[in-house]
Amino acid sequence: MFSFCTDPAALDGLAWLSCYLTTGKHMAFYGAFGTVLLLLAITAPLALAFGFAGASAARGPAPVSWLGKGYIAIVRGVPDIAFFLFFVIALDQMFEWVRHEVKCPGWDQPIYQGNDFIVCPEAKLPLSTAPQWVHEGYGFFLAVLTFAIVFGAFAANVLYGAMRAVPRAQIETAEAYGLSQGQTFWRILVPQMWVYALPGLSNLWMVLIKATPLLFLLGVEDIVYWARELGGTKTPQFTDYPHGDWRMWYFLALLVFYLIFTRVSELVLDRIMARLTLGQATAAGERQRKAAAA
Amino acid sequence: MKTLTLTTAALALAATGALAQDTIRMGTEGAYPPYNFLNDAGEVDGFEIELGNELCARAELDCEWVTNEWDSIIPNLVSGNYDTIMAGMSITDERDEVIDFTQDYYPPTESAYVGASEDADWETGVVAAQAATIQAAHVAEGDAALIEFATPEETVAAVRNGEADAVFADYDYLRPIVEASGGELSFVGEPVPLGGGIGMGLRESDTELQETFNAAIDSMKEDGTLNEMLVKWFGEEIGQY
Amino acid sequence: MECWDTIADYALRSLGYGERLLPRSDFTLCQQVTLIGSGMIWNVYFGLVALLSGFFLATAVAVGKAARSAWIRKPSEWFIFIFRGSPLFIQFFFAYFAFLSLRSQFEVFDPFTSAWLGAAIVLFFNTAAYSGEIFYGALQSIPKGDMEAADAYGLSGLHRFRRITWPTMLRLAWPAYTNEAIFLFHATTLVFFSGFPARQQKGDALYYASYFADKTFNPFVPYPILALYFIAVTLMIIAAMGLINARLNRHLPQAQRRGIRLRPGALLAR
Repeated sequence: MFSFCTDPAALDGLAWLSCYLTTGKHMAFYGAFGTVLLLLAITAPLALAFGFAGASAARGPAPVSWLGKGYIAIVRGVPDIAFFLFFVIALDQMFEWVRHEVKCPGWDQPIYQGNDFIVCPEAKLPLSTAPQWVHEGYGFFLAVLTFAIVFGAFAANVLYGAMRAVPRAQIETAEAYGLSQGQTFWRILVPQMWVYALPGLSNLWMVLIKATPLLFLLGVEDIVYWARELGGTKTPQFTDYPHGDWRMWYFLALLVFYLIFTRVSELVLDRIMARLTLGQATAAGERQRKAAAA
Repeated sequence: MKTLTLTTAALALAATGALAQDTIRMGTEGAYPPYNFLNDAGEVDGFEIELGNELCARAELDCEWVTNEWDSIIPNLVSGNYDTIMAGMSITDERDEVIDFTQDYYPPTESAYVGASEDADWETGVVAAQAATIQAAHVAEGDAALIEFATPEETVAAVRNGEADAVFADYDYLRPIVEASGGELSFVGEPVPLGGGIGMGLRESDTELQETFNAAIDSMKEDGTLNEMLVKWFGEEIGQY
Repeated sequence: MECWDTIADYALRSLGYGERLLPRSDFTLCQQVTLIGSGMIWNVYFGLVALLSGFFLATAVAVGKAARSAWIRKPSEWFIFIFRGSPLFIQFFFAYFAFLSLRSQFEVFDPFTSAWLGAAIVLFFNTAAYSGEIFYGALQSIPKGDMEAADAYGLSGLHRFRRITWPTMLRLAWPAYTNEAIFLFHATTLVFFSGFPARQQKGDALYYASYFADKTFNPFVPYPILALYFIAVTLMIIAAMGLINARLNRHLPQAQRRGIRLRPGALLAR
């Protein structure tokens, strides 16, 4: 990157380090932090949406509620890593199969030929002609979707609990005013449930952050992937910057990153909680009222 | 929503027009020098990358490299996420049942033991190998106690830090490491011939692609360019065609 | 029946007993179920050891975090922050490296790089931090009246803690603690996945599941088997913790006993 980096072997100390830390590989490593943040930013609302759907379903009439409760119970009962290991391929095959059915009705060959999973070329996702960034984007999308499905179940559990925590009297009052079921749900229940849901959702956000090191299982080149790759022993034959086993230092950097990230999240979420409880009929809201009065 | 539908439609149109010159996606691990690794710029590099590019040029194919974890490299091939595997993968009967291979582009080689000293106990001691490799299977069958790691890198690290008495891996993967170790590591025991050489993995249904690449490998074997490449990456002692 | 032979050969394979070589070809469903089940022994071992030992450290850390003296409070807070604020995946990795370098200095640390001890220690600290936070929260919400009543009876010091504070804390914390136990068992799948290597093909359920996924090149059979095992374990934990919960609340009139309702705020995982 710097002009003096043409012959790293001749450098030492800080100059060497500044060249080493700005190789293309390191740039990819720094970029991977962005990937992780982007994934979190997209996954969180999506998981919330899955959670909302799951929780609403679990409250619904019999057959629908089984679906909702089954979704919550199964995903929560199984280690997330087990899902990560086969969900991506499963989702990918499912999408391609659906597209295959839609786009190639005349296809006469079986989709499973022995071990091979073959759909018509038009149904491939992404198309084999698509540029590399589309492939990477699609892989990223599958990772987001997998995360959202898994953590959506946790969110559903939180929201389901929160919906039940809204005082019954509120719902009864709404019914007494002649609000329909839909109106009661959207205008009374949903606005009030957030304060009950927030502690659980904050917790879930922390869990989500701490699950991101597993991203490499989903085929995303994340920070763990690069830390492993960069930290490993490098022999002079294949690099200008040979070094010993430095994985420890790279993982230390990751550790610090995660500690800072969770700490900042905690502070921000505390503030949101304080905002939300303002004027609410909960113990925390009561404390705030007293503190303000005194 | 509308824009989304439009773009998909546009993509579909573009696709039908370009079907004739499909891009071949080449899967590799990117963590097994000198076969395949990531260079300082973060791009895939190594013997197989140079070879693969040359094969694609000869077959007049448009190729693109993709990296994938070793563990799931075959499931992703059969699922169609890429079209070939060039990742130092030895041709074995087990793998051949699930995928197809081209002829070998790297002669059947030997796997070797490396220990921290000349008298390291590779026969009955603790031997490290990468999980899900023919080497791991070989050690599991012998008298040594197998200890498995996810990446080849970690297997060598295990010998350096005393976790394992020896590491068992491809001779040509270990050689540059032993040379660079300044006497810390050394080869022990006798090399073991394993596997039927290294070939390019393909889906069983892709017979046309297999023939194309077989022909390209043939032409490289005939005009000696493959041998040149082997010597360039693995040194003079490498077996040649 | 053929399957009985497989069970006899492989049921204790994860501990090193029975057939030495893992199946190499012609994989049957029976083999997959047996071996993955065999691996579950390790998951249950890690989960139980960490949960039982972590429980005591968690109590200490919770009391420490609630202490007035900064000398006790700060270390407890940092302990909880570090273990709850970072991914377990990275903790395993670090622990493995730390034990490796300790081992090169002192011979005592030889067994620590093996999963049975090293990983159990990490899980022990990890669950102690998570449960410590739960217990701390419970300590904070013990009704004032309970403590006043204890004072009125002349209870003080350790006696008051043992008879009043601690049982009340457990009662309040139990639903959240149940959740923590479930997640701890799930987290045991990470043991052989980061840092700690498997020796002589003795691994946990996930190790065998990925072995089969690799050998059969089909992830759609072994991972669902693994999932079913874990659902069974989860149900067992919920049942066992429910029994303890009933015992903790046995003095309450029937109507006031709360079953374990996993409350919205109670979700805690890594």
